[in-house]
Amino acid sequence: MMNSFAFNIPFVSIFLLMLAAIVTPLLPKRNRLPEKLSCCVVGLVAILSAWLLYSLTSYGQSLTFNYSMGHYPAPWGSELRAGPLEAVLALFFCVAMLLSLTGNFSSTAEDIAPDRRQIFCSLVNLLMASLLALTYTNDLFTAYIFVEINTIAACAIVAAKDDPEATRSTMRYMVISVTGSALIIFAICLLYELTGYLSMQHMNGAIRALVSAKSYLLPLSVALALMTVGLAIKSALYPFALWLPDVYVNLTNASGAILSGLVIKGHIFLLIKIFYRVFGLDLIHMLHMDTAIFILGLLSMIVGSVHALREMNIKRMVAWSSVAQVGYIFLGIGLNTSAGIAAACLHIIVHASVKTMLSTAAGGLSNAAGHKKGLHALMGTFYINRWAGLGLIAGAFSMMGIPAFAGFASKLSLTMASFDHSFIVWSLAGLAVSSVMNALYYVPAVIVVLTHNKEAREDFTASAPPTLYKVSMFVFLALNFYLGLFCVPLLRLITRGVNAL
Amino acid sequence: MLERLFINHYQTAAVILSGIGLTNLLLQRNLIKKIIGLNIMNSAIFLFLAAKGNINPLPSVMALAGIVITLSLTAFALALTLKIYEDSGTLNIDEALLKKTKEQEELEAIIEQAEEEEIFS
Repeated sequence: MMNSFAFNIPFVSIFLLMLAAIVTPLLPKRNRLPEKLSCCVVGLVAILSAWLLYSLTSYGQSLTFNYSMGHYPAPWGSELRAGPLEAVLALFFCVAMLLSLTGNFSSTAEDIAPDRRQIFCSLVNLLMASLLALTYTNDLFTAYIFVEINTIAACAIVAAKDDPEATRSTMRYMVISVTGSALIIFAICLLYELTGYLSMQHMNGAIRALVSAKSYLLPLSVALALMTVGLAIKSALYPFALWLPDVYVNLTNASGAILSGLVIKGHIFLLIKIFYRVFGLDLIHMLHMDTAIFILGLLSMIVGSVHALREMNIKRMVAWSSVAQVGYIFLGIGLNTSAGIAAACLHIIVHASVKTMLSTAAGGLSNAAGHKKGLHALMGTFYINRWAGLGLIAGAFSMMGIPAFAGFASKLSLTMASFDHSFIVWSLAGLAVSSVMNALYYVPAVIVVLTHNKEAREDFTASAPPTLYKVSMFVFLALNFYLGLFCVPLLRLITRGVNAL
Repeated sequence: MLERLFINHYQTAAVILSGIGLTNLLLQRNLIKKIIGLNIMNSAIFLFLAAKGNINPLPSVMALAGIVITLSLTAFALALTLKIYEDSGTLNIDEALLKKTKEQEELEAIIEQAEEEEIFS
C-alpha cells in the first residue's frame, strides 16, 4: 500500500510553492537569499513529485487517486487528482523550472534590479504553483482560478525587465491572455449551465446523458470550441500565436525560458484533461474537434517554421520554433487516440526540457556577444561560452529530430501513433516537411555560432560562464540524451498514465 | 430559434455585452478604453452567472472569484498603462509601439554596415 504521505503530495507541492511566494518578499535581500529559497523550494517539489511518481508506479498496477480539498465531497468541493501522468509531468515541469532558474542565475542579476528580483522570485513560485495546480486539478473551477493566477504571474514575469519595450510587450501579452481567459470562463459557465457540475467526472456523466438524449448538442459544441480556442490562444497555437515572438524578444533569459518552455504547457495539459475527462474522445470525434485541432497543429508546424526561417534575431527564431513545436503537440492531440495523446504528452516533456535549454543557451550566447540578439552578432560566440554553444547545438539537433537527441523520441512516437489513423499521409508529410524546415533554420544558426570571428572577438565583453551555468547546462544536456536514448520506459509510463487519466 | 433568444434574454444580453467588451478590448487603440472593454466583458460573464439565480452556491462563488480576478487584472493593466504613458507620453498603443525598439535599431545598424562593406568592396 502507498505511504499515506504520498497522497498529500499534490496538495503539499502547490501549498509549499504558494507559501514560498508569500515568504520570499519578506526575506532580506542580501546574498540573493530570495532567489536561493525559490530554487530550493522548486527542487524540493521536484523531489516530492519523484516520490509520488515512484509510489504510484512501484506497485505493479498504476494507481490514481482523488484528493478532496476542504470538507465537501466531489460535486461541490474542489478536488485534485493524481496519476502517473500528472506525477511525471509535475516532475519534469519542476526540473525544467529549476534548471532555467539556476542556468540564468547570473544573467537574472544583470537584467533585473535587486529590489524587483525579490518580487520576480515570488511570481516565479506563484507561476509554478499555478502550473502544478493546472496539472493536478480535477474540477474546472480550480482550473479557472489557476489559469487566471497563471496569467497575472506570467504578465508580471514578462514585465520583470524595467524598460519601456518590456512594458509595451507586457500590455500586448496581457490583452491576448485576458482574451483567452475570457473565452475559457465563458466555456466553463456554459458547461456549468448545461450540466450543473464543475467536477470533471460528474460533468462527463451529465454530458453523456445529454448526448444520448441528443439534446443541447449545439451549446455543447460551442462550449467545446470556446474552451479549445481559449486554451489555444494561451498555448500559442498558430493562428493565435502572433503575440509570442514580439513578447519573447524583450524578455530576460530566465523569463524567456519559463514562458516558452513551461507556461504554455500547463494550458495544453489542461486541454488534454478536458478532452479526455470532461468530453471523452468519442464525443470530441463526433463534434469534429479532433480534425480542427489536427489541421491547426499541422498549420502551426509549417507556418511557425516558415516564420522562423525569415528571422534574423535568435530570440525571435526560438520563439517561432516554439510555435512549430506546439503544433507537434496539437497534432498528437488531434489524432484523438490514446497513443496520439501519449505522444503529445511525451512531446510536452521533451519540449519543456529542450526549449528551456535552447532559451538558456541563446541567452548565454547573446550575453557573450554583448547583449546583441541578431544572428550576425553571434558569430564565433561558441568559443567564448562553449557550454551555451553546446546547448544550442544539442537543442538544434533535438528540434531537427536527429537520433539520440530528445526530439527524435517524440517525433518517432508521433509517427508511430499516426500509423493506424486515417490522417497518416498528412501527419507524416507534416512531420517530414517541418523537420526539414527546422534543419533549414537551425543549421545556419549553429554554423554562425561555430564560425571563427577574430575581428569581433575584441568587442565581446563577457568572461567565461559561471559554474552554476555550466552545471545547469550539463544537466540539461544529460536530460536531453536521457530523453533521446531511454524514452521507451518513459513512453510506457505515459501510456499507462493516459489510460488512467 | 429566434424565440429562444427572447426566453433566455439574460443570457442573450450577456453574450451581446461580452461581445461588445471583447471587440473593445481587441480593437480600441486607447489603452483606457481597452481596459474598460475588459471590464465590460467580465461583467457580462457575471451577468451570465447571476442569471442562473437559484440557491446553488457555485455560480455565486464563481462570480465572486471572477470579480476579484477582474479587479486585480484591471489594477495591473492600469499600472502598465501609467508606465507606458510615462515612457512614451501617449495612451494610444499604436503610437507607443511606433517608437523604435532597440532590436530594430540593431538590425538597421547591421544593414547599414553591410551596405558600406558592399560599397568599399
